[in-house]
Amino acid sequence: MNRPYLTEPMKQTTQRTHLDELENQSIFIFREAYHAFKNIAMPWSMGKDSNVLIWLARKAFFGRVPFPVLHIDTTYEFPEMLEFREWAKKHHNLNLIVKINTEARERGIGYETHDPVTVTHELKTVALQQVLAEHKWDALITGIRRDEDPTRAKERYFSPRNAQFEWDYKDQPPEFWGQFATSTAKGEHVRVQPLLDWTEVDVWRYIQRENIPIPQMYFSRNGKRFRSLGCSPITHPIKSNASNIVEIIAELEATKVGERAGRAQDHYERNAMQKLRAKGFL
Amino acid sequence: MQEQQPLKIVFVGHVDHGKSTLIGRILHDMDSLPEGKIEMVKKACAAEGMEFEFAFVLDALLEEQKQNVTIDTTEIRFKTKRRKYIIIDAPGHKEFLKNMITGASRADAAVLVIAANEGVREQSRRHAYLLSLLGIKQLIVVVNKMDLADFSEKKFQEIEKEYRKFLAELGLEARVFVPASAKNGDNVASTSSPSDESVRMADKKMKWHRGPSVLEALDLLEPQSADVDLPLRFCVQDVYRFDERRIIAGRIETGKLRVGDELVFSPANKASKVQSIEEWGGNGDGEAVAGDSIGITLTEQIFVERGYVASHQTDTPIEANRVHADVFWIVREPMRSGRLYDLRLATQEVKCEIVAIDQVMDSSSLESTTEKREQLERNEVGRLTIQTRSPLVIDNHDRIPKLGRFVIVDDDQICGGGTIFGGVYTDRIVAKSKNIFWVEGKITAEARAVRTGHRGAVVWFTGLSGAGKSTIAQALERELFARGMQTYVLDGDNIRHGLNSNLGFSPEDRVENIRRVSEVAKLMADSGVVAITAFISPYRMDRRRAREIVLEGNAEFVEVFVDAPLAVCEARDPKNLYKKARAGEIREFTGIDAPYEPPEDAEINVHTDRQTVNESVATILEGLLPRLKPEQADA
Repeated sequence: MNRPYLTEPMKQTTQRTHLDELENQSIFIFREAYHAFKNIAMPWSMGKDSNVLIWLARKAFFGRVPFPVLHIDTTYEFPEMLEFREWAKKHHNLNLIVKINTEARERGIGYETHDPVTVTHELKTVALQQVLAEHKWDALITGIRRDEDPTRAKERYFSPRNAQFEWDYKDQPPEFWGQFATSTAKGEHVRVQPLLDWTEVDVWRYIQRENIPIPQMYFSRNGKRFRSLGCSPITHPIKSNASNIVEIIAELEATKVGERAGRAQDHYERNAMQKLRAKGFL
Repeated sequence: MQEQQPLKIVFVGHVDHGKSTLIGRILHDMDSLPEGKIEMVKKACAAEGMEFEFAFVLDALLEEQKQNVTIDTTEIRFKTKRRKYIIIDAPGHKEFLKNMITGASRADAAVLVIAANEGVREQSRRHAYLLSLLGIKQLIVVVNKMDLADFSEKKFQEIEKEYRKFLAELGLEARVFVPASAKNGDNVASTSSPSDESVRMADKKMKWHRGPSVLEALDLLEPQSADVDLPLRFCVQDVYRFDERRIIAGRIETGKLRVGDELVFSPANKASKVQSIEEWGGNGDGEAVAGDSIGITLTEQIFVERGYVASHQTDTPIEANRVHADVFWIVREPMRSGRLYDLRLATQEVKCEIVAIDQVMDSSSLESTTEKREQLERNEVGRLTIQTRSPLVIDNHDRIPKLGRFVIVDDDQICGGGTIFGGVYTDRIVAKSKNIFWVEGKITAEARAVRTGHRGAVVWFTGLSGAGKSTIAQALERELFARGMQTYVLDGDNIRHGLNSNLGFSPEDRVENIRRVSEVAKLMADSGVVAITAFISPYRMDRRRAREIVLEGNAEFVEVFVDAPLAVCEARDPKNLYKKARAGEIREFTGIDAPYEPPEDAEINVHTDRQTVNESVATILEGLLPRLKPEQADA
């Protein structure tokens, strides 16, 4: 298969840049997590941040992703994303686990009949709970960034979640000098977040520098492109002529609109994102 | 297009002295707020019947707006003409010490805010003290709310004088003091250039101030001094064997490393050369520097594990079992002397206990007491002497901060942190042990393992005469001993002459010999010792029985096959036994006229015809140490 997802790489220099610093810190976190937890999985949405995570894992572990990669398939995925999934699975040699909350779908939960917060909770968060219980993972590596959403600004690199998936953001463990909360009680798991310090522009710059494969939907077609990718019925493209990474970065540096503005579940009600996240949404 | 590293700044100071307002004002003046944010907050304030404040802009979560207290560290970005900034908004509320440390520990510089109308308060002092503990040396002091002090130069100077004196006691020096009113925007940003003072000051109420505005002061700061110029400290995170390569992965905390460099690994003190710097898809230039997360391979396969620190031979770190440190404590449960804690320093983790609390300091008044104390309370800072159960690789904090600081962990929770100072004792004599664990009834294997830090085990060597069993057993014993472990070698020399002096070399006596060794080894393992046996033990049946005996005692049994071809052993013939056997002077000599049954599934195999003694010991340690870890209590 040809490689439609590859972009032009940038030249590297020996001087350490801001991206080098971010990359080094992320690799350090990957390795700390791999040492601290026996049973790790990495959710993978095929979005840009997710693909950066795969890339960083391969850097941390010298070409391998030494743990399973999890796709929570809501059954409302863009066909183009699924196509990319199969391509990337082979390309990165991933141990891919696909999880669908079939029970909820059989109950008739869907965007056709329910509100986006309910559907997102059932098809993503509950699906994650199910698959976590099945595999008894004690750590999940996620692509959360502090700049994505105000509720994410308070995250830690290692962020414990209780058995109900709740995030106690008022009483988080301290985290300093490269030392993290690495223990879990039964049923608990830790969210490990190597991209916490990255910004949206950092992610794009890194994709460009490293030539990281991403889905084509991020690039403008007919005057529109996707800035953030989720379920097809509730994810809307933005007006944009940015058809390559340089143009995307230029666009982002000029905008003051939030990254997740095109994601309906965030805006369905006041504090929707905070509610989703307290219940275990990534 | 090289992206400059943003400067991370932390805002600290007493509660209500105006940190959040100052940040809100900076973001507003630098045009760094999301569109509609101000309007949104203004609307929310109107709905709640409150006056709009810039501080609200930061309070992203609903709960915070209700309490009007910043809960946790948030992160906000802005940029000036000079560079990009990341603001870490640290909270000022007393209970939130751990969050402040989390935030401030990542900062390059600090802005400390003091309200002009209230002056220097408890947290103004406490926060400065914590900054000094965290090693943040760059500091700007903003005397805020000057509007509530009639923009008085006298008031400003009083505060500056008092606070400078206090900072000097901590060894801190503020870069500059800036009088400001964040609420009105006075002296926060300046539209004019620093050189164009007359324009800027004309419309200010503080014409007497000749120094920079807050933002100008920030632009004067530099990133923390470069770790790359310090001696090399490469801290091992893990050893990966995903393919034929044995990659030592870790981060260079300070200094730099090149292919071909001779490295010394502490605490084992073993040397090897860097064969390669491994990088996936990389086109490395054979050099790695401070901050780099790397992997290397070595020319000689010495034993290395997580926690080891590599340095150059000329500038090695200190190995110590005892350290002096200033420790701050952040959890409710006090730190008690005599209790066992985990100490984590870079990737090292060891058991430790306080042996002396030499001094306790109140972090706000800086008053210290040397009266006899048995524990360190929350929010106190103690000057402690700490004893560790196994050697720790350290540097003094003022020399190499990243190897001179640690956290204390209790029950898997980070409870405090400390910085190591002034000279380090290298004596390895463990402090007179205190009775920490009073156990009713029988002392369990688990309790022993907690005390010693490892489980009891029998490491059973088997192999031909001359294969190297005794040599490797003794080298292994030294390695384990150096790690503070309890260990002992049982071999022909100490068994044959005493316990088994009534046994000869008949087949029955040989069986009995091995049986007795098995029983003794079992007792030793049961008492918590790692017993190493070095006997030919040629028969599978005997070794199987040894295993059964030991397993009855709930200890680990690790069989090590010391493998070398007969021809090699015979050529070595250290005691001339082969010669005698060939001459018929010794009968039933294993390998000559008695069989040797090699193990089929030994836990560990070493090949002494191909591996050096060091390499054999490294192989054994790799297989053995993970089995000796005390069982996890939770799981």
